[in-house]
Amino acid sequence: MNPTNKITVYRKLEGQSVGFYILLVVLAIMVAMGLLAAWTMEHEGHWISGMNNQVVWGMPHIFAIFLILAASGVLNVASVSTVFGQEVYKPLGRLSGLLAITLLVGGLMVLVLDLGRPDRLIIAMTHYNFKSIFAWNIVLYNGFMAVVFIYLWFMMEKRMQPYYPIAGRIAFIWRLILTTGTGSIFGFLLAREPYGTAVMAPMFIAMSLMFGKAMFLLILMSSYRGSQRMLNHAVVMRLKNLLAMFIITALYFLTVYFITFAYFTEQHGVVRFFLLDGGHYTTLFWLGQIGLGAALPLFILYHPRLGEQFSMIAVASVSVVIGGMIQLYVLIIGGQAYPLDMFPEMEILASSFHDGVVANYAPSHWEFMLGLAGLAMSLLMTVLAMRIFDVLPECVTEEVPAL
Amino acid sequence: MSESKPIQPPRRDFLKQVAAVAGLTLAPGVFLQTVSAAVNASQRWGLLIDSNKCGDCQACVTACHTENGITDHNRPETDAQWIRKVDLRHKTTGRVHSLPMMCQHCEHPPCVDVCPTGASFKRQDGIVLVDKHICIGCRYCMMACPYKARSFVHEVITDQKAHAPRGKGTVESCTLCVHRVDTGRLPSCVEACAATGRGAMLFGDMNDPNSELAQRLRTEYSTTIRADLRLNPGVRYQGI
Ligand code: SF4
Ligand code: SF4
Repeated sequence: MNPTNKITVYRKLEGQSVGFYILLVVLAIMVAMGLLAAWTMEHEGHWISGMNNQVVWGMPHIFAIFLILAASGVLNVASVSTVFGQEVYKPLGRLSGLLAITLLVGGLMVLVLDLGRPDRLIIAMTHYNFKSIFAWNIVLYNGFMAVVFIYLWFMMEKRMQPYYPIAGRIAFIWRLILTTGTGSIFGFLLAREPYGTAVMAPMFIAMSLMFGKAMFLLILMSSYRGSQRMLNHAVVMRLKNLLAMFIITALYFLTVYFITFAYFTEQHGVVRFFLLDGGHYTTLFWLGQIGLGAALPLFILYHPRLGEQFSMIAVASVSVVIGGMIQLYVLIIGGQAYPLDMFPEMEILASSFHDGVVANYAPSHWEFMLGLAGLAMSLLMTVLAMRIFDVLPECVTEEVPAL
Repeated sequence: MSESKPIQPPRRDFLKQVAAVAGLTLAPGVFLQTVSAAVNASQRWGLLIDSNKCGDCQACVTACHTENGITDHNRPETDAQWIRKVDLRHKTTGRVHSLPMMCQHCEHPPCVDVCPTGASFKRQDGIVLVDKHICIGCRYCMMACPYKARSFVHEVITDQKAHAPRGKGTVESCTLCVHRVDTGRLPSCVEACAATGRGAMLFGDMNDPNSELAQRLRTEYSTTIRADLRLNPGVRYQGI
C-alpha cells in the first residue's frame, strides 16, 4: 500500500442542501427538454432541425462528439496515477473513472436520440457491418464503459486492489483506441476534402485530453466548493499545468492538419476556407476556436497571478469547453458545408441540390435542447453517483511528494 | 432470365437479396414487388450518359420522382432528390453543358463500407440499395458518398408507391428503378429521356458483351465522375 491510499478518506455528498436539490431539478428539466426535442424531431421529421441533406450532422453531433472525446480525455487523471505512477492523482482516480462513464453516456444518448430511427437502437446493437468504423465505434464505446466500470470497481473494492493497475492499463489503451476510432469516423471520409487525412486521429486524441482536463477541473472545483471541502492548491496547479500543455498539443496538431492541406496545391481551398474567406466559419475559427479555445485560457493559465486563482482557472476551463465546441463546429459543420469537389475543372452554373456552393446550416433550438440534455445527463449521473458512492475524497491533502 | 449460379453467394448477401427482392415491407400493405428474375452475379447494370445530348430539360428528374413517389415540400434543403440536373461550364474552354446526377452505383461503394448496420448494400448485379428495415438513420453514408447522391427523409411520408417504399428517418437514393429492371423494363429516367428524342441515357448490362451498352463502352470514350477515387461507378459519362 502506498501512503496516499492510506490517508485518503472518501465521503459521499451530503445531498441535504436546497442547492443540491435545485441542481438536480434543473438538470432533470434539461434532460426532459432534450427528450421532448428528440421526440418532436422524430415525430415531425428532421426538417424542423437545422440539419438538411447537405449538412447531415449538426449541433447534436457537436455536443455528442464533445462529450465522447471528453469522456476519453477525462480518464487521463486516473491513467497518470495508475499507468505513470503519479501518486498525487490517485485520490482523484475514482472521480476520473466516474466521469469517463457519465460523459460517455451523455454523449451517446445525444447521438442515439438524433438518429432518424432511434427506436431501432436494437438493430444497431445486433446488426454489425464490420467494415464500418461506426460499427467499430459502437463496440469500442460499449467496451470502454465495461472496462472503466471494472477499473472503478477494482479501485473502490479493497479485495480487488491488487488488480486495479492492470485494469487501469487496459482502460488506458482502450481509451487511446477509442479516440482513434472517433477521429477515424472523419479520417476515413476520403471524398470530403477537410476530413480525409490521417492526422485526424492524433488531433482527436489531443482534443480529447484538452476537453477532458477542462471538464475534470470544472467538475472537481465545483463539487468541492459545493460540498465545502478543501481542495489542495498544489493539485489544482498540477492539473491546470496539464491543461495548458494539452492546449498547446492540440494547437500543434491543428497546425499539422493545416500544413497537410497547404502542401497540396489543389487543396489550398480548404485552408483558405477555414482561415481566410469562409465567412462565419473563419470568424468562429479565429475568435472561438483560437481565441476562446486557446489564447485566452493559455493567457490565464500562464499568468503569474491569475493562473494561481481557482476562479480564474475555472474561467479558463469554461473557455476551453466553449472554444472546444466551436472547434468541433468549425470542423464538423464547416467540413460538410465546404462544397464537394466533383468537377475539378468545371464551374457549377446551376444545381437544384446545392452542388458547388457552401451549404447553409442554421441550428434550430431543438438541436440545442437535445445537445444540452446530453451534458445535463452526464452531470446528473455524476452528481447522483457522488451522492450514492464514495467518489470524492474528503479532502485532497498535501501529503504527496512534491513535483 | 438468370440461370443457376455457379458460385454460392455468401449467406449474408443472400439474405440481403431476399430482403431486397422478395418483399420489403415498410408499412402494412406496402410491399416491394416480388419478381421472377433472381439477381444475377454475372450481370452489372449500368448507365452511359452523354452530356452532349443532354440539354436544358428536366424529363429524367420528373419521371424519376413521379415513378418513385418523391414529393417535395418546397423546402429545397431538406427535400429528397434521387436525381438532379447539374449545369457546368468548363473553366478553361468555357464550354457549357448539363448532365443528370444520381447514385453512381459504385462497384466499391463507400456508403456500403461505412454503414454500421449493413443497411446500405450492393446487390450482386451492381445495384446499390438501402434496406429500409435496418437503416437507423445515422446519415454516415451521406457523409461518405462522394457524389452527394443520398437524401435523408426529413418529412412524414404520406402517399408512397408500393414498389418504392420509403420511410421517415431513413436514407434513400436512386435504386436504378430496381423494380422495373427486375421485370425487364428500363429505369424511368432512361425511358423519359428517350421519349424526349434526345436519348442521352443508355441503360444495360455492362458485363454482357452483346448489349448495346457494353458495345458502346468498348468502342467509345467514356469516363466517370471523380475517377481518382477508384470507386468504379456503374454510371459512366461522355462529354464531361
Ligand atoms: S454514388 Fe454514393 S450512394 Fe451511390 S453507390 Fe456510390 S457512394 Fe453509394
Ligand atoms: S443512414 Fe442508414 S443506410 Fe446510411 S449509413 Fe446509416 S444505417 Fe446505413
